[in-house]
Amino acid sequence: MIYDLWLLIFDLVLLGTLLALAVAALSSPEPRRAVMLFIAFGLWLSLVWARLRAPDVALAEAAIGAGLGGALMLAAARRQAREAQQGQALAVERPSPLAVWGLAFGSLIAAAALLWVYYSTLHGGPEPERLADLALARVPESGVTNPVTSVLLNYRAYDTLLELGVLMTALLGIWSLGRASAPFQPAGPALTAMVAWVVPLLILTAGYMLWIGASAPGGAFQAGALLGAAGVILRLAGDPAAGLPGETAQRWLVSLGVAVFALVGLALMVAGLGFLTYPPDQAKWLILAVESAATVAIGATLAAAYVGGRRA
Amino acid sequence: MDWIDWLSAVLVALGALFFIAGTVGLLRLPDLFSRLHALTKADNLGLGLIMLGVLPQVGGPLQGLKLLMIWLLVLLAGATGAHLIAKRALRGDGEDMFE
Repeated sequence: MIYDLWLLIFDLVLLGTLLALAVAALSSPEPRRAVMLFIAFGLWLSLVWARLRAPDVALAEAAIGAGLGGALMLAAARRQAREAQQGQALAVERPSPLAVWGLAFGSLIAAAALLWVYYSTLHGGPEPERLADLALARVPESGVTNPVTSVLLNYRAYDTLLELGVLMTALLGIWSLGRASAPFQPAGPALTAMVAWVVPLLILTAGYMLWIGASAPGGAFQAGALLGAAGVILRLAGDPAAGLPGETAQRWLVSLGVAVFALVGLALMVAGLGFLTYPPDQAKWLILAVESAATVAIGATLAAAYVGGRRA
Repeated sequence: MDWIDWLSAVLVALGALFFIAGTVGLLRLPDLFSRLHALTKADNLGLGLIMLGVLPQVGGPLQGLKLLMIWLLVLLAGATGAHLIAKRALRGDGEDMFE
């Protein structure tokens, strides 16, 4: 009883801080400060996911939402500050108060509707058949034992393929918009020493994440985020290419995920099965092949996005 | 509760104390260098004590090794970050100065 009360207080503090961080990030007038608050918000959100017992989502949120998303936004803020200094920045218009309040009101209504749907499914009528039970029952046939990976790479492999496509398209957009932003100064001795330790460790951990994803929280997106983070660190330490090879090789790396995914799907069609319908006895290796390619592609894409354009 | 649970509780509480002290220092100390000093203390000793407290509770040596690794990585990142911030503040030769 007393334990439940403490848990309730803990949850309220967790949610209250999350909301406070969101409001602080949105209302901050200075871009750099807003990004810092957004990173804090992402880390806090991953705590909330961990509390909801969704460690896969918590990992992805911390690595991609807070970590790489934060790094990308900081890079954008830095670029904007530089261009403003050289007098060539685009003017940023703040939205009108009417738009802000309209959006806030609309979001509140949407939130209320969602809460109502949630409440009425939980408490209205007899217990319906839940999709989660059906899905969990068939995880052993999916080729992996981690339910999240089985959903991502087997049940809804098609969606994941399209997500990789979205990531690749985003990078094409970045590449078409112009030149890379200015590189960083070469690192001093302390940072060089840290990079020499951390980058090999990140690559090793990415391999571990990829492999463990079959049976425990982890997988291609988290592993790719670690590779991307290695690229970000290399660029911060002075490598203008963020550890990536030349442009032709980069194109191959970036399209590797979608290419292997689509080829596996097409090969299965040729074999007389549906697109991306893995036969259960080969599912494990096919999923591992797709995930390995996706990891490399996600890592290369995120690092290339951090470079911020085509290099001269 | 076992004596080992008590040991864990005391160590975690001590670690939390360091974090509170570090936060108060970050908010109250007058200049950047003393604030950095307070902050890195919290990271190194606070996290170290919490980790020592959690260590007897883990399931196996592999989990303990992971915890140790987390602590070492935070030490490495904290020390490098503090060094970079201090270097930039002291000499103005940050890693990202505009030309």
